[in-house]
Amino acid sequence: MAKPLTRADGPASVPALLHRNAQEFANAPAYREKEYGIWQSWTWAETRDEVEALALGLMELGINEGDFIAIIGRNRPYLYWVMMAAQMVGAVPVPLYQDSNAEEMAYVMDHCGARFAVVGDQEQVDKIIEVQDQLTGFEQMIYLDPRGLRKYDHSALTQYSRVQEMGRENREKHIKEMEARQAGLDYDSTGVMLYTSGTTGKPKGVVLSNRNIIETAKSSCAFDDLRQSDDILAYLPMAWVGDFIFSVGQALWAGFCTNCPESADTMHVDLREIGPTYYFAPPRVFETQLTSVMIRMEDASRFKKWLFDTFMAHARKVGPAILDGKEVGILDRLKYRLGEIMVYGPLKNTLGFSRVRVGYTAGEAIGPEIFDFYRSLGINLKQLYGQTEATVFITAQPDGEVRSDTVGVTCPGVELRIAENGEVFYRSPGVFVEYYKNPESTADTKDAEGWVATGDAGFIEEGTGHLRIIDRAKDVGKMADGSLFAPKYVENKLKFYPNILEAVVFGNGRHECTAFINIDLTAVGNWAERNNIGYASYQELARHPKVMDTIQSHVEEVNASIAEDEMLSGCQLHRFVVLHKELDADDGELTRTRKVRRKIIAEKYDDIIGALYDGSGTVSTETEVTYEDGRKGSIKATLEVRDAKVFADNRKKMAAE
Amino acid sequence: MKDSADSYQTADGRTIGPVVMEMKNITLRFGGVEAIKDISFDIREGEIRAIIGPNGAGKSSMLNVISGFYVPQEGEVWYKGARRPVMKPYQVAEQGIARTFQNIALFEGMSVLDNVMTGRLPHMNTGLFSQSFWKGKAEREEIENREVAEKIIDFLEIQAIRKTPVARLPYGLKKRVELARALAAEPSILLLDEPMAGMNVEEKEDMSRFILDVNDEFGTTIALIEHDMGVVMDLSDRVVVMDYGKKIGDGTPSDVRNNQDVIDAYLGVAHD
Repeated sequence: MAKPLTRADGPASVPALLHRNAQEFANAPAYREKEYGIWQSWTWAETRDEVEALALGLMELGINEGDFIAIIGRNRPYLYWVMMAAQMVGAVPVPLYQDSNAEEMAYVMDHCGARFAVVGDQEQVDKIIEVQDQLTGFEQMIYLDPRGLRKYDHSALTQYSRVQEMGRENREKHIKEMEARQAGLDYDSTGVMLYTSGTTGKPKGVVLSNRNIIETAKSSCAFDDLRQSDDILAYLPMAWVGDFIFSVGQALWAGFCTNCPESADTMHVDLREIGPTYYFAPPRVFETQLTSVMIRMEDASRFKKWLFDTFMAHARKVGPAILDGKEVGILDRLKYRLGEIMVYGPLKNTLGFSRVRVGYTAGEAIGPEIFDFYRSLGINLKQLYGQTEATVFITAQPDGEVRSDTVGVTCPGVELRIAENGEVFYRSPGVFVEYYKNPESTADTKDAEGWVATGDAGFIEEGTGHLRIIDRAKDVGKMADGSLFAPKYVENKLKFYPNILEAVVFGNGRHECTAFINIDLTAVGNWAERNNIGYASYQELARHPKVMDTIQSHVEEVNASIAEDEMLSGCQLHRFVVLHKELDADDGELTRTRKVRRKIIAEKYDDIIGALYDGSGTVSTETEVTYEDGRKGSIKATLEVRDAKVFADNRKKMAAE
Repeated sequence: MKDSADSYQTADGRTIGPVVMEMKNITLRFGGVEAIKDISFDIREGEIRAIIGPNGAGKSSMLNVISGFYVPQEGEVWYKGARRPVMKPYQVAEQGIARTFQNIALFEGMSVLDNVMTGRLPHMNTGLFSQSFWKGKAEREEIENREVAEKIIDFLEIQAIRKTPVARLPYGLKKRVELARALAAEPSILLLDEPMAGMNVEEKEDMSRFILDVNDEFGTTIALIEHDMGVVMDLSDRVVVMDYGKKIGDGTPSDVRNNQDVIDAYLGVAHD
């Protein structure tokens, strides 16, 4: 068999890596999937055979070099194999989000002109059939699960296993051509095309080359010492760059095993059964897990609860230090050991984290308590910062230097630059080739020297070299004295308190920062119940003096923590109000995904903002609200404006001296 | 009317086979009460046959006659071209007729998987001795049965609750588990006693889809009792309407909907 082109220092394409693994790790598990209650597994050698059969079948169906293959479905080994088979025949895989609706799918498939689509089940088949007429050049659909599809017109619809059969039957006919196409692959050939989620405007197709994929996988595997014996659970959308890099890029490079859950609902059971050693989850997942642990502990017997509270307090004290390999007294170590046996071990087992060596979270800010909870248990949870255009990795936290407020140091091979306005730029071997059929956007994002704008503002911490992201660059402003104004940074800090649901910080172009705060009715209501404080409505609870006191103490704690940060100490909150109504998407104050719409809020509550800056102690206001059934009404209220203590600003003090 | 031995195609492309079960002049009495009065109808292979009627019309009694739980005083049950002698319910089950119950009859303390496995009982042939040692044939049989059970669990999308004790499940899921157990017997006729009673709209939609899928994928003949007229009209190929133990209508959903007796029974008229 002709070997695919290999560079001097290793395989140069995804199929080449697969061939390497099929030889080097022939009998090691490559993919597992739970089906019919049992973990079915495929070794690397078996995987290669399956992928080859599929690739040959695609040849029989008439796939050409440069064709695009859309891949839509939940994480299954079969769909990962399509990614590899596509490259074997010189085509480009394009994984799509399985929950996108028919129109979104139509846009993407038409934009890349996909000729083939490999889909999971009837649901996806139906979506494509619905929009098939709008697609130019679309020809064949291949499906995995035949359920419900028996009576469909099968002239352009083939079952996956049938395609593989066709491949095996016609091996002789196509093998030469396929090997020639594989041999033509090099570091610059396109490995995959991933569409950005398109929160702003239409989705853009990010073209990643074999160089991007392999170089990133190589350096990130070295960074975290990922090995062939590792296990990951593939449960995040296949269309997301992270899943592609973890489950295809790194899995192929290191040769570790990718495990696919039985269904979305069984994820937690499957997680426990597999016990991954390398795990990724967005902060939301860690948050939900922590909440469910806490709720279950509330219902536990008093002895168990005592045991949990005692040892968790100890874990919080010394756990992170032990994990970072710092000096910890012998008694504390012994007590931690005991805790491991009594509490931490069983808890980690329940959560499915017993074997986690490297855990990552990214995507948004994670609450420090949540982060510390997992780390104190001895789970090596870290943060990374990345994006599709960088093939994920820009910065990551090395072992032993983990904190909840930074996103780590630059990954191997990545260069960082902070622009005048605070925007973060990077350059690395992982930088994407281009946006497909969109040279203007490519030019806007990537300059001639290969620097890419992230759209995020941040700074590099002196001394440690860690990057800290403060906000989206377009939201960051300047205060009247020229210091940095980063509203979301402050809002996130406030929102980490369970009592605070939403916060809006003002101060762009002004001398001081101020804030609107929404209390969390569940958390504060619960507190009120326990303390026998009666209330009839959100409004009444929100202006209760004790609630105001609590919120004030939260604001002051936030101020204290911001004051330690010389870049941002100007963002301390001088005054705040607790709003008389919850900010609501129905009133246009939030987006449907619960993001604050600053401009609309600023216009609507103009009078309250006025009071925040003119020194008055109270403000009367009337607000129009939209009820759920669409009727409109108005709320009248008198709000108390409170002053919050601000802390010494190191920078200004020095200037004064 | 089509001949009982003929097959025909429905509008949505399914093939309905010849008559597989026929009830001939069934009369069932409890003491002096006549629950079923001289009713005849047939069930064709591969069809979804609904039995509807107001409360107390005798629908559940009819289903119990089919499943062999009640023995009618008069009339004959013909199954696969032969008259069925009086049988115990388990013998009927071994003939390939499985059922679910109106008021869920699962083993509450057992897991979903174990409940589904009990549906495989008619297919277990090894004796107590070899089962106790669980060697050779008994082990093979268990594995085969587990495979069937798992395929059904997959089909009905209840993987996430496989190991959960039934007592901890909400009502809608219990109904689905019951369907799974009935399907595990790989029946040729499936009897469903009010599969959607007490469900919300979403659960009803799910259940309807599963009933159609079962019929489509496994070619199972389904006889069901249901109160929700919308569901019945959408699901079934033919409908028998009962009122006060008598048959007052029989035909396609649209025939039945326009039948004056049926309208009267449902809207209520003065009985003299």
